[in-house]
Amino acid sequence: MIAALIGRDIRRAFGGGAWLPVAFFLLIAALMPFAIGPDAHLLSRIGSGALWIAALTAALLPVERLIEPDRADGVLDQLFLHGMAEESIAFAKIVAHWISFAPLLLIAAIPGSVLLSMDGNSLAQTERALLVGTPGLASLALAIGAVTAGLPRAGSLAGLLLLPLAVPLLIFGAAGAMPLEAAVSLLLTAGAPFVAAAAIRACRT
Amino acid sequence: MTSLLSFGQVALSRGGRLLFEDLDLTLAPGEAIQVTGPNGSGKSSLIRLAAGLLRQDRGHVTRSGLALADDNLALDRELALRRALGFWATEVDQAMNAAGIGHLADVPVRLLSSGQAKRATLARVFGSGAPLWLLDEPLNALDVEGTRRLSVMIEQHRAGGGAIVAASHQPLAGDWRVMELGG
Repeated sequence: MIAALIGRDIRRAFGGGAWLPVAFFLLIAALMPFAIGPDAHLLSRIGSGALWIAALTAALLPVERLIEPDRADGVLDQLFLHGMAEESIAFAKIVAHWISFAPLLLIAAIPGSVLLSMDGNSLAQTERALLVGTPGLASLALAIGAVTAGLPRAGSLAGLLLLPLAVPLLIFGAAGAMPLEAAVSLLLTAGAPFVAAAAIRACRT
Repeated sequence: MTSLLSFGQVALSRGGRLLFEDLDLTLAPGEAIQVTGPNGSGKSSLIRLAAGLLRQDRGHVTRSGLALADDNLALDRELALRRALGFWATEVDQAMNAAGIGHLADVPVRLLSSGQAKRATLARVFGSGAPLWLLDEPLNALDVEGTRRLSVMIEQHRAGGGAIVAASHQPLAGDWRVMELGG
């Protein structure tokens, strides 16, 4: 059942709006030269940080669609009745979300780095940092999606919750402190299924 | 004796309001109970409690494998009906034919009318193979033919040793034990 749910969520993501966060990511990267000015030296210095900001904001976009539609349509109830623990549901959804979000983001970082005049070295470093950080980011997005499911103005609230909690990932990721970033990402990935499961149980009426 | 669902001294409150207490209920194979009562008397809550989606405040509930049909469709709208049902049920074609929606197998779920969608939720339950069916307002949106098919499905399920709890304020065809809430 877990594999079936992962497959379903990936199919729905790629059939729906999986390209939207990526387009948003590239758009933000493209705005930077307009905001900062076309100084290649300056752009390449801030490039890695700018890509991280773009990744964080892009991670916000799908949050509202991760849990809420399935809650409202009774899919979460049916999964539970088919014997899936809420933790397993959340885990499957995290895996599916990461698969439909992270690889596209890693690919989009390549044109993004060109827009920011980054050299090959700093691109490689940023790609590694994004690879390590995106599981944490995807888990965080799913947990926040579950916590805010069913609330009015959930989208804005999700932004207020997600961005501060993503700060440790941002600090260690942009600074290239790989072990610390990995630790934070691991912590978020390990904790998120339990947070999301508790939220799913709590919003059941 | 084996029972598919049993409530012992169950109390349930929602939003600070006590819906019922000291509720006892045993459902043996082949039995069917209709839960009636005015709007807001807790029929749907009782169904969701029986499903395990709500937790009782007191008492104990035991349940066997079950399937639930309520107002939520829980089918992927972009998929054809057969594929969408296939995520949940095993005997999909048989279930669609029993509900009279076999001819809609290749139609996307989002194009179904509300009556057809209701039949699809009943087909999901029929195809689940679960011994206990929980039906919340099964007659909503069903036409005469749909109602007849539902009775046939219910008879077939009971004859096969299954049990049913249905919440409805309209009379259901066949032989039902009636339990009234909030009376």
